[in-house]
Amino acid sequence: MTYGRGLRGLSLATAATISLALGLVFFYAPLDADQGFVQKIFYIHVPLAIVSLCGFILGGLLAIGYLRTGERQWDIRSYVAIHMSLIFGIAGLITGSIWAKASWGHWWVWNEPTLVSFLIVLLLYATYQPLRFAIEDPERQSRYASVFAVTAGAFVPLNFIAVRLAQQYVHPRILTLSGGNLPGSMRLTFLVSLLGIALLFVTLWKYELAAKNTRAQIRALRRSLLGEESVRPLGRSAAPS
Amino acid sequence: MTVLRKDLLLELRTFETVPAMILFSIVTFVIFHFGLNQATIDGQLAGGVLTVTLLFAAMLGVNRLFVAEREQGGFDAFLLAPVDRSAMLIAKASALFAFLVVLEVVAVPAFGLLLLGPSLGPPLPGLIAVLALADVALAVIGTLVSAIAVNTRARDLVGPVIGLPLLIPALIATARAAAPLLAVHGSGAPPGKWVAVLALYDLVFALLAYAVFDFLLED
Repeated sequence: MTYGRGLRGLSLATAATISLALGLVFFYAPLDADQGFVQKIFYIHVPLAIVSLCGFILGGLLAIGYLRTGERQWDIRSYVAIHMSLIFGIAGLITGSIWAKASWGHWWVWNEPTLVSFLIVLLLYATYQPLRFAIEDPERQSRYASVFAVTAGAFVPLNFIAVRLAQQYVHPRILTLSGGNLPGSMRLTFLVSLLGIALLFVTLWKYELAAKNTRAQIRALRRSLLGEESVRPLGRSAAPS
Repeated sequence: MTVLRKDLLLELRTFETVPAMILFSIVTFVIFHFGLNQATIDGQLAGGVLTVTLLFAAMLGVNRLFVAEREQGGFDAFLLAPVDRSAMLIAKASALFAFLVVLEVVAVPAFGLLLLGPSLGPPLPGLIAVLALADVALAVIGTLVSAIAVNTRARDLVGPVIGLPLLIPALIATARAAAPLLAVHGSGAPPGKWVAVLALYDLVFALLAYAVFDFLLED
């Protein structure tokens, strides 16, 4: 598999979109009437959160691929997607916390369904890597991790339904069926930011996959050229290799 | 069916898991009494205390669920038997469900005696319905998580750590559904919204567990 193909173009597109998004955020989108400058963190925070949730679900879908075919490539894809989503999710949580402090006066607000359900999802996925690490046999590690990824992927939307029902809305609704309540210029900026972050996710995902594949290829080559002893065996690891 | 019979027989003979779960939940009620420093509780607090106690007691059962299979090679024997692999899920989940029902038969009256302010009589039918749905959730997720955890190192840690976040929506729904039942001037019927959420949760995870469980057994 060649994950490197198209990577340069994709990287350039990502950089361009993110630059455009930042430009729009700082020079085009109007200042929010009651929140002022701090509201601009919204253009980073919300896309990060949305992309990470979609990434978790993507990880579940890719894990279905592993369970159906048994090819390690699918497990690696699923692993990298969940790994990236965790990083994006933590970044989203931190930016959200900053925004909450600025606009509501608290770092953490319990009666806020979106925040709480996001925390629950993160807590669940935080166990993904310890679970992988606790299983030594690589084939079993992939299989169990895939079962976890599928279950947790289905858990993400269900969790949001349950927590959202439990509490009243404090969090501004961004993407509603009626189109939300954003003025046009803010909406455009938001959509460009969302696209930028989504592209960033895909780019990083492909880079990580390319790196993992190259590393595996180098090991295989070295083993066939220099003999079995020249390559140190891999230590136990949470990552598939 | 045979696996279920074996599990229930084993529990009857060794008398190991369920008494421990019952004892644990009663001790937890006492701990809550001192931790909250209240003689009686009602409403949302009562619903929460009852649900959390049952959840943690269930975790004890979850940790024990596959121990006999693992220690005595029951998995290999099961895989050699000419039956569908999902039978294992259904049998184990039924066994866990039965354990939970026995636990609640003792723990809920004990809760009524020790902590609950209002009388347990009027809300009992509604409470039974809510707890039955909660037990399905606990049994299904518990079995799935236990099957994942049993083949890992540090399995006693992995099980609850994965299981508890997965069960949070069920916990929310159960505690919310039980709250008006346990209130001082409570209604007799649990709120339909939360019962529906709990039922949806049960349905989704039962189907999901059925779909993925096969992959946890093949070796």
